[in-house]
Formats: sequence, structure tokens, C-alpha cells
Amino acid sequence: MIRALAPLAIFLLIGIAFAVGLTKDPNVLTSELIDKAVPAFALTDLLDETKILTEDITKGQVSLVNVFGSWCVACRAEHPVLMKLSARKQINIIGIDWRDERAKGQAWLAKHGNPYSAVIFDDESVLAIKLGITGAPETFVTDKNGQIRYKHTGVITPDVWTQTLRPIALQLEAE
Amino acid sequence: MKHFIISLCAALAFVFSASAQTSNTELEMQARDIGQSLRCVVCQNQSINESDAPLADDMRKLIRKQLGAGKSKAEIINYMQDNYGDFVLLKPPVQSNTYILWFGPFLLLALLLIWFIRAAGASKAEDTLQDKES
Repeated sequence: MIRALAPLAIFLLIGIAFAVGLTKDPNVLTSELIDKAVPAFALTDLLDETKILTEDITKGQVSLVNVFGSWCVACRAEHPVLMKLSARKQINIIGIDWRDERAKGQAWLAKHGNPYSAVIFDDESVLAIKLGITGAPETFVTDKNGQIRYKHTGVITPDVWTQTLRPIALQLEAE
Repeated sequence: MKHFIISLCAALAFVFSASAQTSNTELEMQARDIGQSLRCVVCQNQSINESDAPLADDMRKLIRKQLGAGKSKAEIINYMQDNYGDFVLLKPPVQSNTYILWFGPFLLLALLLIWFIRAAGASKAEDTLQDKES
């Protein structure tokens, strides 16, 4: 009896292994930075070369820290959502213009609108590597103490905002 | 004469760039060594040495910068691991969640060997039994 069931058991084990392994999205890495402070950095403001921004800009209020670039097609799709959030003053949004040229980044924001309270210019991935970024768009939710509490990989759609990010933001706001 | 000057300049430029390279050879070797053990998080099955992804390029630059600042291989790899997790290491570390990965194949091999030996023993016993009967 046990002998007859052995192939079935092996098949089930392999089936479970594949069911778990093949349905994971390999592009979504769990962030190492959850519940850690935004790493220290000192980079220029995209819109003002002489202004140095540091991790302090994430302190004091709940924010979305959004990685984008003028070269990033998906960011273009996400942009109207961020514009709406900022117009309705739903949350503070900080931008990281990643691997971009300053002029192109500025032109992109001039053309499509600027939803960011500040834009960090990170052309050499200095902050991106500290944040463990693998692509754009990626968005972190930070709390009032400047701690990273959540990471979203990919485009923020209206659904992602209402179902995932907004509840987290509200919860952090209440802390 | 003009050709001579041009070729001389080219030769000199080549010599100078070559000598600049030799002074950095050791650092470069270390950088490649580190790059070889780190996974490009964009093209996930390539090391950052092999990848053409812009992020891998920036990681290569960062490694050279940190080596130049006197950081060791372990420090740089730890830095990457802190930011990107174990996934960034092409060789997974031996730890509780990777035991099955590291030791599973040996366990399977041992189990199969045991099964094989027992099966062989059983058929042999059967053979001798048949021999006796015949």
C-alpha cells in the first residue's frame, strides 16, 4: 500500500514546490530596508544644483518616496496618479530622479507637472543602491521618523493607492 | 612627417594609457573578483561583471570607488547584502533557510543509494530463492 502511494506522494511534493516557486514574481524582491531609517545621503536637488538634500527631508511627516526617471516609460503611466495625490494634498511625495540627466529630468517635470515636494537627483545610483532599488518606478512609504515602512515595486495605479498604500499611510499617520 | 607624428602620438597615448592601467591592475582584479560574486538585480542570472544593465554599471563604479577608499572585499559585499538581501549574492550563504538547497541533493542521493542497495539485496535474495527452487 505504502509502495503504491509513494509515486503519488513524490508527485504531490514536486507539485507543491512548483506551485510555490513558479507563482512568485522574481522581479519583486523583499526589501531589506523595511523598518529601517532612510539611509544617510547628501545629493543635489534636481531643480536647484546648489541645494543639498539629505535624509532629513523624509522626517516630520508620512511620505511617499518615489523613484522615477525621464527615461522610464512606466513612470509616465504612474505620473497622473501622483499628480492627483499631490493636487488633493493626500500625502507628501518626495521624488528620486534616478540615472537621469538633469536637463531631461527638469524638462520631464516641466512637461508633465511636478507632484514632488522635493526631488533628489541621483544620476549615479548612489542613493538607489543604498535603497536596494532594482528598477523604476519603485516607491517607499516612510513614517514621521523617516523610517521606511513599506516598499511598492512597479506602477502606483489608483487601485494600488486605495487598496494598499493609502491604508498604510493612514495607519502611519495615526501613530 | 605628418604621418610619423600622428603615429608617434598614438603610440605614446597607448603607452600612457597602458601604464595607467597597470597601476590600477590590482584594484581592477579585486573589483572583478567582487563583481563576479554579485548578482545583477536587473538581469538576474548575470553577475554585475557580465551585465549591461545601467544599474550594474553603477554598481561596478561603486565597487571601484569603495576599493579606492580602502574598503575590503567583505565590507563591500556586506554593504550590497545589507541593501539588496541575500539575493544579491550569486553563491547563496549556508544558513537555516538554504539548508535544503545545500544539503537536499546529498540527502536525496543517500536515500536513493539506500533504496538501491535494499532493492538490489531483495532481488538477489529472490534470485537465490529461485536458484534453490529450480
